[in-house]
Amino acid sequence: MSSDKSSQEEEKTGLEKILRPGIKHVIAVGSGKGGVGKSSVTSLLAVGASREGFKVGILDADITGPSIPKMFGIKKALGTMGFDPTETSQGIRIMSLNLLLSNEEDPVIWRGPLIGGAVKQFWADVEWGELDYLFIDLPPGTADAPLTVMQTIPLDGLVIVSSPQDLAVMVVKKALKMAKAMNISVLGLVENMSYLICPHCQAKVEVFGSSKGEEVAELTGVPLIAILPLDKKLAECCDNGTVEDYESELFKKLLSVQQVKMNAGGMNE
Amino acid sequence: MSSNPITKKNEKAGAEKVVRPDIQHVIAVGSGKGGVGKSSITALLAAGASRAGFKVGILDADITGPSIPKMFGLKMSPERKGFSPMESSSGIKIMSLNLLLASEDDPVIWRGPLIAGAVRQFWSDVDWGELDYLFIDLPPGTADAPLTVMQTIPLDGLVVVSSPQDLVVMVVKKALKMAGTMDVPVLGLVENMSYLICPHCGVETEFFGSPKGEEVSKLTGLPLLAALPLDQKLAEYCDRGLVERYESELFDKLLSILQGDKLI
Repeated sequence: MSSDKSSQEEEKTGLEKILRPGIKHVIAVGSGKGGVGKSSVTSLLAVGASREGFKVGILDADITGPSIPKMFGIKKALGTMGFDPTETSQGIRIMSLNLLLSNEEDPVIWRGPLIGGAVKQFWADVEWGELDYLFIDLPPGTADAPLTVMQTIPLDGLVIVSSPQDLAVMVVKKALKMAKAMNISVLGLVENMSYLICPHCQAKVEVFGSSKGEEVAELTGVPLIAILPLDKKLAECCDNGTVEDYESELFKKLLSVQQVKMNAGGMNE
Repeated sequence: MSSNPITKKNEKAGAEKVVRPDIQHVIAVGSGKGGVGKSSITALLAAGASRAGFKVGILDADITGPSIPKMFGLKMSPERKGFSPMESSSGIKIMSLNLLLASEDDPVIWRGPLIAGAVRQFWSDVDWGELDYLFIDLPPGTADAPLTVMQTIPLDGLVVVSSPQDLVVMVVKKALKMAGTMDVPVLGLVENMSYLICPHCGVETEFFGSPKGEEVSKLTGLPLLAALPLDQKLAEYCDRGLVERYESELFDKLLSILQGDKLI
């Protein structure tokens, strides 16, 4: 059945990708390193896309450490049938393992195969409906969840998040090499926590060292989407579940980076 | 062979723990959440123990995102034999997957069973020699690596690292519940990135919201080992491989808690 429209042979990994024609674009957000702001960047991209009038979803692939529901202030929705996503106040559809737990603090002590299975189900079995954009929040590392996402889901590409620490840059290079090995195109780089503004004296403080976004972009040939500060207000919004109120140009920047790439190379459709 | 002294049945988890009589104390450092400073805290504890005259090792259980070697300025050396750890400048013995890679930015694209196998081998097959303290740096999450550490290694206990964000506190509670389920005692909490000292004006700011260490400590009954600032100097030392030079009281506090509980 190689002509079957709903499955497509993936040459490089030898695994079948599952197609969902109702979902137009799928963009994963990852980093390799934890705590650099993958989930915040995922949220800001989704909120930006939703503000532009697109139908948007978020698939939280961080099965054992999910952050997305808390950032949007949503909890387990009682009465949802089966695998329905929960909708935020702006209408973003979200599926996360934390929306299936009766208590958000319960740990999910699972080994790899279960994690891979959950990720696959979140993609294939959730009733997403029609979506223009689905953003996938990847967990740190290069193990089961990112591997399953890259093998099973036909991605438009990956957005990589880093911080200026040399250490984070090293781990980002791991993620880039992984994407290459899995034949996934990297859409761009977001340098997060690049600096902060001291609330007392307004000085710009580079807590994690001087910015390396430009350098890494040049070195790897990956376009730099944005350099973001460590923002107290964003941390507050994420804690209060009001990330949708935070203003950001990130999604527009992602689109314009793609536009530049298309004009230059014409490799994407 | 249930009378074999080398293995001890862990009733609760149903898995066999591998005992190494040459290693006196084993302390894991974890959090559930990424990027809160597990690896820095592990490094500071190890450096403190080493300064106090103990023989110290670090087992880096973060197989797919290891940070420890870089903090100590170590890279793979081709002449190293078998499964011997590398030594830092102050003599701390370190084993990490990044010390087995030809290039430190090569990814380790492994599924769970391989990750668990590596963790098990790092514990049972590495030539650690005699150690007073082995610190284990756990990866974020509650999946294969932490699970294998808690099932296979007889831990003295777990140090849990958090930051003041609500979000982090939620994920930390997941880690605490996991430790409870696995019957691993939690020795204490470290609240990292608790505040910021501006290098420009010197004023302390509670950057990630008001510190919650005391509150979480009260709520959970766990001792608060320290509330540490977000320190530009520590980040710089970690990047330059000089973490051993950073002064901290963290180990002394942990030791007094261990002694107070008569665990030592």
